[in-house]
Amino acid sequence: MSGSKPLKKTPQKSTGLHVGDAVPGVKKVDPILVADHVSRKFGGLVAVDVEHVEIPRGAITALIGPNGAGKTTLFNLLTGFDKPDTGTWSFSGKDLAGVPAHTVAKMGQVRTFQLTKALGLLTVLENMKLGAKDQAGESLFQSIFPFLWKKQEAEIEERALEILERFKLLKLKDDFAASLSGGQRKLLEMARALMTKPTLVMLDEPMAGVNPALTESLLEHILDLKTEGMTVLFVEHDMHMVRHIADWVIVMAEGRIIAEGPPDEVMKDEAVVDAYLGSHQDVDLGVVTGRITLPKGEK
Amino acid sequence: MDIGSILVNTAQALFSPVTIAFAMAALGLAIHFGFVGLLNFGIAGFMAVGAYGYAISTLTFGFPWWAAFLASMAASALFAVILGIPTLQLRGDYLAIVTIAAAEIVRLLLLSTTWIETTGSADGLVAYANDFRSINPFPSGVYGFGPWSYTANQLWVLLFGLLILAVAVVLLWRLVRSPWGRVIKGIREDEDAVRALGKNVFAYKMQALIVGGIVAGLGGALYVLPSSANPMLFATSLTFFVWTALLLGGAATVFGPLLGAVIFWVLQAFLGSLLPAMADAGLLGALSSAQAGALRFVLVGILLVVIVIVRPQGIVGDKRELTFVRK
Amino acid sequence: MADEKNVVVNVDNLVAGYLPGVNILNGCNLIARQGELIGIIGPNGAGKSTLLKAIFGQSKVREGAVFLNGENITGLKADKLVERGVGYVPQNNNVFPSLTIEENLQMGVYQKPDKYEEGLELVTSLFSELGTRLKQRAGSLSGGERQMVAMGRALMMNPSVLLLDEPSAGLSPVRQDEAFLRVSDINKAGVTTIMVEQNARRCLQICDRGYVLDQGKDAVTGSGRDLLTDPKVIELYLGSLGA
Repeated sequence: MSGSKPLKKTPQKSTGLHVGDAVPGVKKVDPILVADHVSRKFGGLVAVDVEHVEIPRGAITALIGPNGAGKTTLFNLLTGFDKPDTGTWSFSGKDLAGVPAHTVAKMGQVRTFQLTKALGLLTVLENMKLGAKDQAGESLFQSIFPFLWKKQEAEIEERALEILERFKLLKLKDDFAASLSGGQRKLLEMARALMTKPTLVMLDEPMAGVNPALTESLLEHILDLKTEGMTVLFVEHDMHMVRHIADWVIVMAEGRIIAEGPPDEVMKDEAVVDAYLGSHQDVDLGVVTGRITLPKGEK
Repeated sequence: MDIGSILVNTAQALFSPVTIAFAMAALGLAIHFGFVGLLNFGIAGFMAVGAYGYAISTLTFGFPWWAAFLASMAASALFAVILGIPTLQLRGDYLAIVTIAAAEIVRLLLLSTTWIETTGSADGLVAYANDFRSINPFPSGVYGFGPWSYTANQLWVLLFGLLILAVAVVLLWRLVRSPWGRVIKGIREDEDAVRALGKNVFAYKMQALIVGGIVAGLGGALYVLPSSANPMLFATSLTFFVWTALLLGGAATVFGPLLGAVIFWVLQAFLGSLLPAMADAGLLGALSSAQAGALRFVLVGILLVVIVIVRPQGIVGDKRELTFVRK
Repeated sequence: MADEKNVVVNVDNLVAGYLPGVNILNGCNLIARQGELIGIIGPNGAGKSTLLKAIFGQSKVREGAVFLNGENITGLKADKLVERGVGYVPQNNNVFPSLTIEENLQMGVYQKPDKYEEGLELVTSLFSELGTRLKQRAGSLSGGERQMVAMGRALMMNPSVLLLDEPSAGLSPVRQDEAFLRVSDINKAGVTTIMVEQNARRCLQICDRGYVLDQGKDAVTGSGRDLLTDPKVIELYLGSLGA
């Protein structure tokens, strides 16, 4: 049973990403991010306890798992927003332990947040321009001499307008970000992240609170990221979305990785079904609750 | 009641060195609070450092006037750094408490008799403005008209102060409208968002603390240039006067602090003349004129409370930009 | 089948909002009959939560009215509505984290503390897990567990009408399914239920009738089944992936 408007692109899935059997912590052919023995405790609670994980370069990886599994905490640890108790991890070979969040971002690893951080008091265009790296005008002394940064600012604005057009936010460019709807703000946060010219984009629940129709456009933008050579790691609860665009899925529960693999295989994994998907994943709840009886045995 | 002298006093406050010094202090605080969102309740400390920086470098080290100004600015910058390193990572309310303490520490150090040769302790310092006066281009005489009559020295302080204020305003105007200002605006709203874009948030906050601190310090120097420097001038009440002026005008703007400072001092002068006159005329019951004069400070306090509740964005501020609800 | 006498909740042409001059609801209508499970879906900003809050007296109603069993309850404060048998489960901050589950449930019968035993029996019959963990601090619970406690608390007064704001928000698939099944069970026990949902597919699968809100108005309405397969709804809102 499908709807009337399919995605404009059929995702070309990447295969052959892993070396050996698809078990938790399996090595990748070309990993962009490698982490070892990363752990984080809050009081007595183990939030993250990951033996080994590798994120494949140039692919779209989904990180799924129940609430409290440690997904956002892992994100925070890998991007420098939180310090782990133990562990080492590297980004494209560079050791990231102790590196502060802003430096990690400058290195090309950009993240978004579960609760959107579109800066409401800035306009859409200002939000975008803020994303650009290495701006001369952002230095204290150079900022008071506009002639030193005017040209660069114009180039940045051009790039920003291009991206805004792609994300269909162009006509909102002079509106305050606070006046955008929730879904539009998510788009803005993603567009703004692109201004940093990242190599790895980490999206924390990019679909949360966005209505299904807008979800499709967001998905296409994520696919575009891959086409342009970026690596994507995203956290999500929407399994249809995960199945549709993810090349690889990593499942976390109670701070550990319990499964890894291509989406279809992972979703059949018993441990994953128990902990996360539930046995009614593809069943109509109307049938489960006995509210309807389907005549022809359709699903 | 002598209406005439009340009006004269009020009019003078419109255009006086104290008002200009206040405007500088409020401008510095606008950078701290209006633009970065730093709750600096120790602005009096910055003013004291700037004031004594000028006075001590002149009296103890024999600096010429321009070097003394530079020393004053350097002292304010250093104070900002020392204050900033431990506190900029603190949550807003904690920062407020620490800045009050820091300002008080400065005042008490200046009050202490340990360095009385340098600081003058409770007697303060005088006669540090000679070199400054020596470059006064105006020959002695009386200038101006009506309530705005000045001696050559007074005029010089006034115009010099205005010049510094103008330069400060232009520089800050430029800063605020630059990409640097854009980063600062973002930081005020959400530090993590800005961090995730690769900006070193701590460095920006420190820069803002230093810039605002230097401006406020110069305000302190201008404050004491016409007369004498004394620790009593830089008590916590000064901080709250500057806050009132800032909030009255508009904290997140560049012209708001100027407007607020002028209105504040004009009001102070007006009430300072009116209330004692009313007391003398028996209009305030049993209050003596001295008590009535002190009453104006009560009224300032009430004004501050009213502004925060009714119109926190001040006269020229935009309501959307400044709310007192923070994450 | 115009059971006008069976109408429990009647929202009539409601205009409401939060900020002065800005209306989120622009003439919204809704009817819930005795024992029905009503779903409210729609894009962000369409007014779903605002509609629920307007029924519960939590947002400013500027025009129109809300009727409960024929009585005009527009603008009545929340405590008056609880008295009249309306329960409300907000989306966020819906339990007291520093209180235990038991204490949270006790808060539910704040108006009539002697109904505690009765309420507890009803709630534990629907949510058996809660009965075994009464002394646990609500703050230490996971998102799905908190949802359960929040629903339980609203049910303690044995309400005749239950309002739910996005009960599945932020939950993993298995917990979402559990939440929907729970709502269905509550409704089967006789409670007229109105739920706002972001997970439109699941919501429509279990509800009797649904309302699709758009720009503050009830744009499309029909039975849950009909809406699931309505091409207009799919195109505007459900998207093709959900099916």
